[in-house]
Amino acid sequence: MTDTPKDLRYTDSHEWLRARPDGSVEIGITDHAQHALGDLVFVEVPDAGRKVTAGEACAVVESVKAASDVYSPLAGTVLESNTGLAATPEQINKDPYGAGWIMRIKPDDPGQLARFMDAQAYAALVASAAE
Amino acid sequence: MGRRTPLYDRHVALGARLVDFGGWDMPLHYGSQLEEHHAVRRAAGVFDVSHMAAVDLRGERAREFLQQLLANDVARLKDTGRALYSCLLNEQGGVLDDLIAYYLAPSWYRLVVNAGTAASDYAWIEPRARELGVAAELRADLGLLAVQGPQARAKASALWPAADAAIALALPPMAAAALPSAPGLLVARTGYTGEDGFEIMLPATGIGAFWDALIAAGVRPCGLGARDTLRLEAGMNLYGSDMDASTTPLETGLAWTVDFSAGRDFIGRAALEAQRRAGVARRRVGLVLEDKGVLRAHQPVHAPGAGDGEITSGSYAPTLARSIALARVPTATGAEVTVEIRGRELRARVVNPPFVRHGRAVIAL
Repeated sequence: MTDTPKDLRYTDSHEWLRARPDGSVEIGITDHAQHALGDLVFVEVPDAGRKVTAGEACAVVESVKAASDVYSPLAGTVLESNTGLAATPEQINKDPYGAGWIMRIKPDDPGQLARFMDAQAYAALVASAAE
Repeated sequence: MGRRTPLYDRHVALGARLVDFGGWDMPLHYGSQLEEHHAVRRAAGVFDVSHMAAVDLRGERAREFLQQLLANDVARLKDTGRALYSCLLNEQGGVLDDLIAYYLAPSWYRLVVNAGTAASDYAWIEPRARELGVAAELRADLGLLAVQGPQARAKASALWPAADAAIALALPPMAAAALPSAPGLLVARTGYTGEDGFEIMLPATGIGAFWDALIAAGVRPCGLGARDTLRLEAGMNLYGSDMDASTTPLETGLAWTVDFSAGRDFIGRAALEAQRRAGVARRRVGLVLEDKGVLRAHQPVHAPGAGDGEITSGSYAPTLARSIALARVPTATGAEVTVEIRGRELRARVVNPPFVRHGRAVIAL
């Protein structure tokens, strides 16, 4: 049973989005994703100031077995990245929705956030996915 | 659905993450590959390796046959119970498989071969054995467990009656014995992790109960993920990654397994001798990544002044807390190389494997 917080939005590539009070959008990977990847040993995060397009690969999470791209769901500018993940990549495994956040983006269009699926839809997606 | 070992249901019940390996559904891990790796270095872990195959060779000319077949010389096994590591070569000196050969009795040897190559190995071996009147039998009735770690031998031996435990504990490395209390069982002090331990061949009908007893004794179930990081740290090749039929033992760090002593012709000898005369152009090295990242198979390696090579297997190394790899590079490669990862050139230091021995780093960190 994976965890799917109700206050977040989700992508079908298993990223989550959190609207922050200052208008930025925080992004990470879901509990389902971290579980599928296994123990993470290396995380590469984007530099602050980088402009990203919707769907652009801008971070990498590496488990022992494989590297996986993390995609920015929104077009915008990277405000900051969780550089602490360089020393403790396992934060993503332990706390994927909290301390395991990957980056914070200033979206070009904040209204885009509502386009993404809610917790219920994402939970259904995960449940229906073939093992 | 792939092939399943007799322990499949137990892996599922233990929560294993299953993956395909050589056509078998095998446990990658049971929750944490990193924790399983550490358990083997610090205590004891058990691996279901029943997907590997045992081929028994019986006949008066069995020794003569194996002396022709294998690049290492089984005549070195003077006493029954002794074992050696060898490559199986084709006529071009290319590696068809790596294996352990056990001298079980006069006229009886056993080869333990890799899962992915078992069928092709048998097809190669059986007709050649038959020519010398030697019978080759694929022992599909046997299962195989590896119990590895500093506590492995003690915990496994405690499951047998005292007299048999004493036999098992008396085994020197690379030796095997049968146990009177367990017909069909062979315990060998061999392994693929760089730690001490046993590999135990036993009838598939009894492997479930033995596995249960090991788990109950506190031995941690470990999957193929940990098996790969352990063997890599131990500097041990993986067939199909670090060598294959297109490479010879001389360019894959296995020259030490080839016995070139005079008077023994073996399949591939002429090709290897020709390669030696010409000068072996590539060699196996260990790499330690100095920048942050993870080394992986097929990443290009640039050796200043020597040329290009590639990583043959790489991973994050849990005991070392950094990434390491085995690579095939030009023979003239020096102490530092760069590795191309996602478009960037990262720095790596060249070392002689193994990276870890007796649970500790043996390379400078």
